[in-house]
Amino acid sequence: MAGGVAIKRKRRKSFVEHTLAGLAATTAHALQAEEITKADGLLQHLDPRVKVVGLLALIITAALAHSLWIILTLFVIALTLALLSQVSIRTLARREWIGVLVFTGCIALPAIFITPGHVIYRLPLLHWPITEQGVRSALYLITRVETAATFSVLLILCTPWTHVLKALRVLHVPVVFVVILGMTYRYIFLLLQTAHDMFESRQSRLIGKLEDREQRRLAAASVGVLLSKSLQLSNEVYLAMQSRGFQGEVYTLDEFMMQPRDWIALFSFLVVAGLGFWWGR
Amino acid sequence: MYAGAVPFWYCALQRVKRLLHTRLVPLLSVFAAFSFVIMMFNLPLPGGTTGHAVGMGLTTVVLGPWASMLAISVALLIQALFFGDGGVTAYGANCFNMAIIGSLVAYAVYRVIAGRAPLTHSRRVIAAALAGYAAINVAALCAAIEFGLQPVFFKDATGAPLYAPYPLHIAIPAMLIGHLTFAGLAELIISGGVVAYLQRTDPSLLKATAPGARDVDATQEITQSGWQVTRPLWVGVALLMLLSPLGLLAAGSAWGEWAPADFKNPQARLAIARASGNSAPPTQAPQGVEKLSSIWTAPMPDYAPKFLKSEKLGYMLSAMFGTGLILMAFMVIAAIVQVLDGKRQTDELVAANGNGAS
Repeated sequence: MAGGVAIKRKRRKSFVEHTLAGLAATTAHALQAEEITKADGLLQHLDPRVKVVGLLALIITAALAHSLWIILTLFVIALTLALLSQVSIRTLARREWIGVLVFTGCIALPAIFITPGHVIYRLPLLHWPITEQGVRSALYLITRVETAATFSVLLILCTPWTHVLKALRVLHVPVVFVVILGMTYRYIFLLLQTAHDMFESRQSRLIGKLEDREQRRLAAASVGVLLSKSLQLSNEVYLAMQSRGFQGEVYTLDEFMMQPRDWIALFSFLVVAGLGFWWGR
Repeated sequence: MYAGAVPFWYCALQRVKRLLHTRLVPLLSVFAAFSFVIMMFNLPLPGGTTGHAVGMGLTTVVLGPWASMLAISVALLIQALFFGDGGVTAYGANCFNMAIIGSLVAYAVYRVIAGRAPLTHSRRVIAAALAGYAAINVAALCAAIEFGLQPVFFKDATGAPLYAPYPLHIAIPAMLIGHLTFAGLAELIISGGVVAYLQRTDPSLLKATAPGARDVDATQEITQSGWQVTRPLWVGVALLMLLSPLGLLAAGSAWGEWAPADFKNPQARLAIARASGNSAPPTQAPQGVEKLSSIWTAPMPDYAPKFLKSEKLGYMLSAMFGTGLILMAFMVIAAIVQVLDGKRQTDELVAANGNGAS
């Protein structure tokens, strides 16, 4: 009987399994993004520089707006852009909205009761006051974050990462940073794979459950191994770069070309951002 | 917050470039990827919960504070931009708190506690663990202060906060309770655990941030500059600078900082009396104060230059100006100490060589 009860109870996943799942999910997340960048949509066809500048302008407008209506309008614009770019609402919700809502919601919820101001409702039984200012403040926080997050995820979903990086040069991000970002992105996948393999091999040799103390030792040892592997890798990459004539100077090939539709898009982005900024002061 | 972070990035880049030259790009890239990946690790914490570590204690111990702040900034950017954790607009603040302040605090704590202990000494494990713990908590405190100040500065017409809604007395405990317990523990376990692991497998990786370790030869000790010795002080100053706008939130004026006119104003009199243990202040301003106040008009009356209409902005600027003055004073002192120190060390070296020769 006791055994039956024990079997029925859901086994708590070990940290190795949790980490394995997390690592795999991250890789899947990135692969999905890569697939959407190849779709035939509005944003995918625009010059990456236009997208970086235009969407950043809209994000800043959403961040600075002092009016809920302006933020909501920007959110609707983001939704329209998503639909025109073949990014489904479901993808947006799964990638961004739900996570942001849970996280920001947790932060915003107590504000409804705590913020001093005009009381509009009292919770039955608990008698907690809900203030108008509290509700407004929570709405500001959530809509602002959701809108900005939607714009930034649209940029990433509709532009290959290498193009985003190249386009960052328009914002005068130093070229060495751009190169580091590009290489980091590449090595993230290598190290994700390495970590995944390490945990998988460990998991396959594991019977029963590790004690918490042992788990922590295992976690620290895995990080340590990954650290030495990373250092070794960076040495090898360095030697490989040096043998190909790397002298510390970085050159990039810039082959972006602005088409008439890019100029129209840039103009529209900036006009919307400007109007939003003006009305939302 | 971007404005706060940029000088640190610039400074870090210059330092790291000088040190690494062509190695910079591959080392930083791989380490940023490493920090990104370990942020995904699900750490089992005591009590059956799990948490994630940022790993700033660890990267600082292995790479030193400057390279660490760059690597973590890059990892955070990819996280913010590509994986949508933490928005683009919050990126500046995130970097300032975690990458910059975190790395500096971790380095200071690690160096102070580890002292000159040998590379494989258990003291270094404790130092790294506490460095990680302190770094994440100071970062959380900074974030809480940034949150807490937002409702003071940004409100809409109805008085509803536009950004973070909580005042300091809620934001600070809310942030710190979580970090002093769970997030801090994750950082503590990773920093301490990995340093212990590296001590067993490859202690040479710990060498970079242990210039005074006892098994290192004497010539290296001499190259240690006064800057490294005084670094904890610098961190303290930086923290004070961050905390300075807190004064804005204290109600009323500080005890003893009354203006002559306050003695005539009944409300101000009441406030002074309350602050002074209910002893009534004189009805007239003390003659000395009145006389002095006419002679001495401060260059920044009430901490705000006249051309600055906004009191808050003036207060912040004055705080920065003040801290700037203090920083300059520190720099002068540090330079003097360094010169004296260098002189003493050369003297000792000469003396030692002289003894050896005779």
